[in-house]
Amino acid sequence: MIELDRLSKHYGAHVAVADLSLTVGEGELLVLLGGSGSGKTTTLKMVNRLVEPTSGRVRIDGEDVTSLPPHELRRRIGYAFQRVGLFPHMTVAENVAVTPSLLGWDPARIARRVDELLELVELDPAVVRARRPDELSGGQQQRVGVARALAAEPRLMLLDEPFGALDPLTRDRIQQSFRRIRERLGLTAIFVTHDMSEALLLGDRIAVMDAGRLLQIGTPRELLVSPADEVVRQMVETPRRQAAAVDALLGPGGGAPR
Amino acid sequence: MSELLALLPSYSTAHLQLALAALGLAIAISVPLGIVAARSPRLERPLLGIAALIQTVPGLALLAVMVPVLAALGLRSIGFLPALIGLTLYGLLPILRNTVTGITGVDASLVEAARGVGMTERQQLFRVELPLAMPVIVAGVRTATVWTVGMATLSTPVGAPSLGNLIFSGLQTRNYASVLLGSAAAAALALLLDGLVHALELGVTRRRRGPVLASLGCIALLALVAVAPVVAGALRERTRPVVIGAKTFTEQYVLSELLAQWIARSTGLPTEVRASLGSTVAYDALASGEIDVYVDYSGTLWATILKRGTPPPDRATALAEVARFVRERDGIELVCDLGFENAYALAMRARDADRLGIRRIGDLASHASGMTVGGDYEFFSRPEWRAIRDVYGLRFANERSMDSSLMYQAAAAGDVDVISAFSTDGRIAALDLRVLEDDRGAIPPYDAIVLASARLAREHPDVVASLRRLARTIDARAMRAANLAVDEQGRSPADVARAMLPDVERAAGSAAR
Repeated sequence: MIELDRLSKHYGAHVAVADLSLTVGEGELLVLLGGSGSGKTTTLKMVNRLVEPTSGRVRIDGEDVTSLPPHELRRRIGYAFQRVGLFPHMTVAENVAVTPSLLGWDPARIARRVDELLELVELDPAVVRARRPDELSGGQQQRVGVARALAAEPRLMLLDEPFGALDPLTRDRIQQSFRRIRERLGLTAIFVTHDMSEALLLGDRIAVMDAGRLLQIGTPRELLVSPADEVVRQMVETPRRQAAAVDALLGPGGGAPR
Repeated sequence: MSELLALLPSYSTAHLQLALAALGLAIAISVPLGIVAARSPRLERPLLGIAALIQTVPGLALLAVMVPVLAALGLRSIGFLPALIGLTLYGLLPILRNTVTGITGVDASLVEAARGVGMTERQQLFRVELPLAMPVIVAGVRTATVWTVGMATLSTPVGAPSLGNLIFSGLQTRNYASVLLGSAAAAALALLLDGLVHALELGVTRRRRGPVLASLGCIALLALVAVAPVVAGALRERTRPVVIGAKTFTEQYVLSELLAQWIARSTGLPTEVRASLGSTVAYDALASGEIDVYVDYSGTLWATILKRGTPPPDRATALAEVARFVRERDGIELVCDLGFENAYALAMRARDADRLGIRRIGDLASHASGMTVGGDYEFFSRPEWRAIRDVYGLRFANERSMDSSLMYQAAAAGDVDVISAFSTDGRIAALDLRVLEDDRGAIPPYDAIVLASARLAREHPDVVASLRRLARTIDARAMRAANLAVDEQGRSPADVARAMLPDVERAAGSAAR
């Protein structure tokens, strides 16, 4: 369980996150949804202390995150982000093995774990294990990024638009497989995105942010049925609006070209 | 040529010794400093600024400046140490700059990823930032390698033997084979080291153990080769050889060889010639006991060591004053004067002198405004030049500084009209130049004198006694012939010195009797 308690982050006069409180339940995936500059990424990074809050607290299973040295905290939390950040001087296997080796696992266990994870993210270990990241496609890199985040068997995952840079088809496939992985492992996760469709598809609950403030938090259905204000309504209706626009383009009865 | 080739191994190993030590030091200093600078923008600017400033100092000046600096600190100011420090300073910038560039150039998202996966700051540095910056850092090391090996040739004038000895002495004695050999050897050494560092880099980035071990092995082997003579020397040599210094011109090379042969013959002690020392470096080296003997000139010491602005009243006074001064200040013994003078002298083409009716320096006054005067690098800033100019009221249209070995040719070819020749240079006669008479005595006497260090006088009075027998054994004519033999006939200084020895011995013998 993750609790954010009156969390704020100021950069000088600029308020990136203002007095934000929310709770993520055990095994739940919470989507932080918002446009650029809404403070969603800053909020995420305050959980594993990549950003230190100006005020407020973050607790994981009731324990304040500042009670551990940051690097130890981060080794317990899987972290994946849009730019993937695979280390180009390491092989795929070494990238996935980074956190386990920092934790001092024995090499045999690490090797087993790497293969297991590559299979989990639907890559063939025999093929990709010894490759360098730049020899992989964008989608494959994202998968390796997820595998790396999962390597040390974290119970908690932070994902910052991890599939943002992918083409729609690849993205769709990788979203599906991520869903399966999360359900299998029962992970608690915070997932940052600006894409409403992705939020609806993956999130147990969605927290909508704007200008550093939390506008509304609820299940996808709650947001769709009773948006708290106009901004939220605009945002959650985007997929429907787009679908309608597509329908209009194709004409009534849709699909068959005239 | 075979004589040159015989010198090559010892100069090469000395060169390698200096270059490798300086590079190692430069890496050991620059990389950590670069890491610090990359983390703190506040330090980055001043650190890079200082390194860049050092770089703008011309190489030779940087090395030369180490001599007084070290002397002021009471350290060994001649030889390996000043060269090492100068070269190390010179190697700092490329490595420092590339380390900073390499580390700050690492993609910020990778640094965040490194933090995100749970690395400590140290682990971020060693597992992500440094490996990713490595190609850039190694590029800096390679630049520094080539520079350092090249610049190590300039350590000769501060008293550290290197391949520069071949280049400096070759330039002065017009032995271009020697210049070429020294340059080619230095270039080959630079390419070899550069190649090895490159191979090491490729091995590291491609993570092939073979090339890494092979290139490391080669570098270690080179280091071993470089250090071997030092170790062997330390084990073998109980008695230090008598070290004879020489400045950077032909006469000095010949006389240093002559002194070495003389000492070896009369005392049986081992000798070593340390050639191509900077003009005042030679004196400092003697004062600090790093060399034991060398030949200098009374007028030079009068001006540069005693720092007298006006010429001495006469030769005897000059000799006596110099002898007293160097003994009192530096414990140096003026052993004897060799019997000839190598003075500054204004010379011009004999043909022009006849045509214009110029015999004395004073005759130049009315023609000078249309003439160019050429001199060696130091001449125009020396008090002697000011004295000549003022006494005779000379106002030349142009003053051109050039290497002393080139100015005779320049005068003969008409590139300059008058030169500041050295009176014992054989090329004056050979190139049909004429020395103008200093009828008003503006130029001080420059008796060639043998100076011995306090250490030599204390530990080897026998050597000093044997050197004293050289008093007045060489006349200007003999010296001029010897210089010409090297400069124009391409004979080696050692060879020419050997040929002089019988005459010198005869003169010494008759004087003793």
